[in-house]
Amino acid sequence: MQIKLNGALIETSAMTLDDLITEQGFPADAVATAVDGAFVPRAARMNAQLAEGASVEVLSPMQGG
Amino acid sequence: MFYGVDLRSRLMLGTAQYPSPAVLHDAIEASGAEVITVSLRREGHEGAKFRDLLSQTGCRILPNTAGCHSVAEAVTTARMARELFGTDWIKLEVIGHADTLQPDPFGLVEAARILCADGFSVFPYTTDDLIVGEKLIEAGCQVLMPWGAPIGSGQGLRNPDGLRAFRAHFSQIPLVIDAGIGAPSQAAQSMEMGYDAVLLNTAVARSADPVRMAHAFGQAVSAGQAAYQAGLMPRRDMAVASTPIFGMAELA
Repeated sequence: MQIKLNGALIETSAMTLDDLITEQGFPADAVATAVDGAFVPRAARMNAQLAEGASVEVLSPMQGG
Repeated sequence: MFYGVDLRSRLMLGTAQYPSPAVLHDAIEASGAEVITVSLRREGHEGAKFRDLLSQTGCRILPNTAGCHSVAEAVTTARMARELFGTDWIKLEVIGHADTLQPDPFGLVEAARILCADGFSVFPYTTDDLIVGEKLIEAGCQVLMPWGAPIGSGQGLRNPDGLRAFRAHFSQIPLVIDAGIGAPSQAAQSMEMGYDAVLLNTAVARSADPVRMAHAFGQAVSAGQAAYQAGLMPRRDMAVASTPIFGMAELA
């Protein structure tokens, strides 16, 4: 299916957010996630089903002021 | 005292725009700051490295919601930051205008209410409007962060009378001047007015020698705080001789 990951359209076979993190090679413990604008805690990623067209954000620490 | 935490240094430092991670690290150390602010952005496989650098500093992390223009964005970002950094502290920014980066006071109060109810310790970046400050305290904020001037402008305290009134009105609330500070003298001025801390970034990061400038800001904040505690003399409109007239020789 096609989803939007950090603003880019991608094809994925991942069914859950947890699968997507693994598939894309993100460091699972060093990122925070949101699906369709709502925060998904680390412990809830396994149960977070991805739907066609979902918008996923994977964020990490960045320099800021 | 900020949410039960007593800090020795009253300087809070941003981590953006430094020439290199090494300069950032050295600048933080030279400043003596115990609180540093960080952001969240899309993972580019560099995040873990930056987090390692942050942990090396030993500073308390104050994540921010910089760049958020809506309540929903700010609230989601705050929740993501809490998980990522393991802290309830959040520097809450809800920006009202892309060019001026002026806070949106209505969105700010609404987001603060949601986050305070969710257990966050909110540091709201606000204007120097007294009523907005009151609404933020009603929402559960125990700290307020009025701006000195627009973010990154280096203009210093653009409305010192308003900030003086803000200090007097919220005499029991920890207050931090956030944004617009361009020179150590302006940081000292903030502290001399009785503010509890100063938060700045660009003035250090964009200077020719950020490490030296960080040290200068650390000293300025300490000097300003010491001056406030010592008590500044009252201003006078006329000259008043400081040397006594008594005992003066007649030489004319």
